[in-house]
Amino acid sequence: MITTTESGKRKVVIEPVTRVEGHGKVTIHLNESGQVEQARLHIVEFRGFERFIQGRPYWEVPVLVQRLCGICPVSHHLCAAKAMDVIVGAKELTPTAEKIRRLMHYGQTFQSHALHFFHLASPDLLFGFGSDVAERHVLGVAAKHPDLAVQGVMMRKYGQEIIKATSGKRIHGTGAIPGGVNKNLSIEERDVFLKDLGQMMEWSHAALKIARDYTVANLEMVTDFNTFESNHVSLVRQDGALDLYDGGLRAIDAQGEKIFDHMHPQKYLDFIAEEVRSWSYMKFPFIKSLGTEQGWYRVGPLSRINACDFIDTPAAEQARKEFMAVTSDKPNHITMAYHWARMIELLHSCEKIQELLEDPDLQGEDLVVKGDRQEEGVAILEAPRGSLFHHYRVDENDQVTMANLIVSTTSNNEAMNRAVTGVAQKFLSGREITEGLLNHVEVAIRAYDPCLSCATHALGQMPLEVCLMGPDDELIHRRVRH
Amino acid sequence: MTDATFSIVIDDQEISARPGQTILQAADDAGLYIPRLCAHKDLVPHGSCRVCTVKVNGRPQSACTQPAAAGQVIESETDEIRGVRRAIVDMLFVEGNHLCPFCEKSGDCELQAVAYRLGIAAPKYPFLFPKREVDASHPKIMIDHNRCVLCGRCVRASRDLDGKHVFDFVGRGIDKKVAVNSAAKLADTNIDISDKAVDVCPVGAILRKRVGYVVPVGERTYDHDPIGSKIEAARER
Repeated sequence: MITTTESGKRKVVIEPVTRVEGHGKVTIHLNESGQVEQARLHIVEFRGFERFIQGRPYWEVPVLVQRLCGICPVSHHLCAAKAMDVIVGAKELTPTAEKIRRLMHYGQTFQSHALHFFHLASPDLLFGFGSDVAERHVLGVAAKHPDLAVQGVMMRKYGQEIIKATSGKRIHGTGAIPGGVNKNLSIEERDVFLKDLGQMMEWSHAALKIARDYTVANLEMVTDFNTFESNHVSLVRQDGALDLYDGGLRAIDAQGEKIFDHMHPQKYLDFIAEEVRSWSYMKFPFIKSLGTEQGWYRVGPLSRINACDFIDTPAAEQARKEFMAVTSDKPNHITMAYHWARMIELLHSCEKIQELLEDPDLQGEDLVVKGDRQEEGVAILEAPRGSLFHHYRVDENDQVTMANLIVSTTSNNEAMNRAVTGVAQKFLSGREITEGLLNHVEVAIRAYDPCLSCATHALGQMPLEVCLMGPDDELIHRRVRH
Repeated sequence: MTDATFSIVIDDQEISARPGQTILQAADDAGLYIPRLCAHKDLVPHGSCRVCTVKVNGRPQSACTQPAAAGQVIESETDEIRGVRRAIVDMLFVEGNHLCPFCEKSGDCELQAVAYRLGIAAPKYPFLFPKREVDASHPKIMIDHNRCVLCGRCVRASRDLDGKHVFDFVGRGIDKKVAVNSAAKLADTNIDISDKAVDVCPVGAILRKRVGYVVPVGERTYDHDPIGSKIEAARER
């Protein structure tokens, strides 16, 4: 749809964005001379978990708050449980509890990354951004690459079964409780996973190869497509290793210099702040010391691989070195490299699952510890999509009085807006939202694997709406894809 | 009164009953499960939830309060009675805020278990979403009024088993609720964690604090067998 005002000002609407989690809308704003001034990814849903968990007892929160999301609820479950560990004074979990939680988390990362790569992203990589939209979806992949489609399903299932074995259910389980877990892993449960582990490892290597080969073969194109410098934020272990479950927060600038390092989660408010903008329910977090203009950052697989010093599993570390060599060990800012980084993490998760399954601590009986009750707890976890912050205050009656959640997609808010702006500037020609523009906008957003439901704590699928707006915010063209 | 047993008929099945037994007790002994919420084996019958409604010689009665008597012909598992029970349980769900997905009683909750047993996938009546309070003032026990179904088990247990009168009903009709007797908050009462009143709640209204979700999914009361299975197992033996 094209709308032209008397003054010739224009506005483009793309709605909905497809193959991402949630519901989003893009508006592209043109200036008087018809140039793209800014593009905005609007998050138009609102759910308000932070408000309605107030008054609930703290032990309920890990189970309640995971209902934010149906894709990676384990992230919220574990992050809330980690925050509640602080509340119940559990300074150090038992080895069994820590390892069961880690197994749950790596199982989740494995299934979430597999879902994104095989079901959401692979159509773009296998068929090209500009290919026929009628075929560029997971069913198209199933038709032309049935082996890959099956692998995607089976890898997702494997991760989901690990989640079930550790939390009681494939989705929205109860395994992590304040101070520990409510079950261990039996030998019988373990052996089921060990049986299929070799296959999962093989497929993880193969998926990594697809992502790597695609990026290397199309390096010029993907570099040209949507590359921009940014800061990167991620948890790292005390020794600088990649750690998806725990650690201190590290921020690096575009050159890889550390802005802060090993930041303790309880002090996150000293380092991170959130900006509110009138047109989106999603906030814009930034690094305090750099301010709103310079302090925005990216999170997620790309940022984690950029920020860590090494990976503590051999195959993923080899893959990381190869990845970093592309940019001569400097941070990689190629948006499309998220896919490659995500597959390095897929392999890492598989290696970690193996390491844990072979650890007899998983059969331990000592599951919960508690200490002196605290009033405030903060936790950070590396969710599949990036750093996740949970912050709670609990009163003397055990009721939550305050909650603040910064989810991964929120941290990537500014980056996704810049990505869309870059694509619009490059691909918008004339006054109409072409199929090509729509495709490229989607590809740019999808690289971040955004979960817009989580970001606004909202509910629903994510179709894409793109609007082209004139300088006076009048609608020129709107296009919707479901 | 004599100890001689007599016969009653439930759903065309002749069972024996003892003098002084209610229909519900006689049915339990015979291995016939009649759904119930307010009834509890250690408490005097109350007859308030009406989930155990049966037809006795054609008249609706609550099986937990109606004495068994020789010659009774009782209908329980008929389409009509099942429909009545479903409607009652439906109304209990929509009158409160029963959010099973994150309730720590899920899997151990009798309301949820009865609903599953009756085949209720989702309530058919509109939710009322009442605004109710959570009283977490006591260090070891809390009441979430959102989940209270006014079965009165806590009232009876505190009065008859604990000898304390911690709970009582106040208000009428839709405004009726369980209150802590003569006190503003639970912390002001003499309730103790060892009181029977703490353990008889069929739903997630009265809870021991800080122990939620300790029992993993798969090991909860109704994870494998529906409510009433233990009673029915007696018949099979």
